[in-house]
Amino acid sequence: MEPLSIIVRTICDIFAWFLAVFGAYVIIHGHLSPGGGFQGGAVVATFMALLLVSHGGKKLLSFVKPGLYSWAETTGLLLFIGTGFAGLTTAFFYNFLAGEGGLFGAVVPLGANSGILNSSGTIAVMNMAVGLEVIGGLSLIILYMFKGIRLYDDTGREETGHDR
Amino acid sequence: MKKSVLFLIALLVVVGTLWGALDGIHPFGEVDKAPMDDYYIENAQRERNVNNLVTSVVFDYRGFDTLGEAAVLFTAVCSVLAVFRKGGYD
Repeated sequence: MEPLSIIVRTICDIFAWFLAVFGAYVIIHGHLSPGGGFQGGAVVATFMALLLVSHGGKKLLSFVKPGLYSWAETTGLLLFIGTGFAGLTTAFFYNFLAGEGGLFGAVVPLGANSGILNSSGTIAVMNMAVGLEVIGGLSLIILYMFKGIRLYDDTGREETGHDR
Repeated sequence: MKKSVLFLIALLVVVGTLWGALDGIHPFGEVDKAPMDDYYIENAQRERNVNNLVTSVVFDYRGFDTLGEAAVLFTAVCSVLAVFRKGGYD
């Protein structure tokens, strides 16, 4: 993929970071506002797609390390399963952190209120774990599918090269 | 000829059963009272200390479901890697 014009590249350079920050906000506030791990992770994965489209594959693939995203995906899934198993003394997926006063353990007042970020126990931990996994997984899918692009000529029979 | 007769019979059977089932649906806009829904709405905030009931259902009450979803995403990444890998089929 050829790099786009300098206007597109500059705008994407700036706004990709805002997108990443917004996705992180959606993940972290998953237990207070609409959204959560899956949605916020998809927003953060847009970061990779935006840079890939604007800068072209040759430049991006020279400094992106797929091992990092692979690590993020594996860590997210293991953290999710581990949090589920950590409550196993009571039940699988038991919320053992909620209301205990420690990490994510604030007691929420009943009725309508503006929300406490340090509440909801394992729900927040699982949101972040799923967010990490979705960031890694969707970015890896974008990278792998991009590496698989082949270009063909107009008749569709002869391969003219790959688009990297 | 024989095929169309069979098709007509099958159509009549399907339409008849679906028409009968349509009678049993509750009227539009009037939701059936389910004890599970009421339980979530009344007790989730007190039990789980969370304001967002949807998140409490997705990640806590039905957390096993979300584990399956995460596994589906992991499998999707693995299959994309398998399809687009280098080195052909051997």
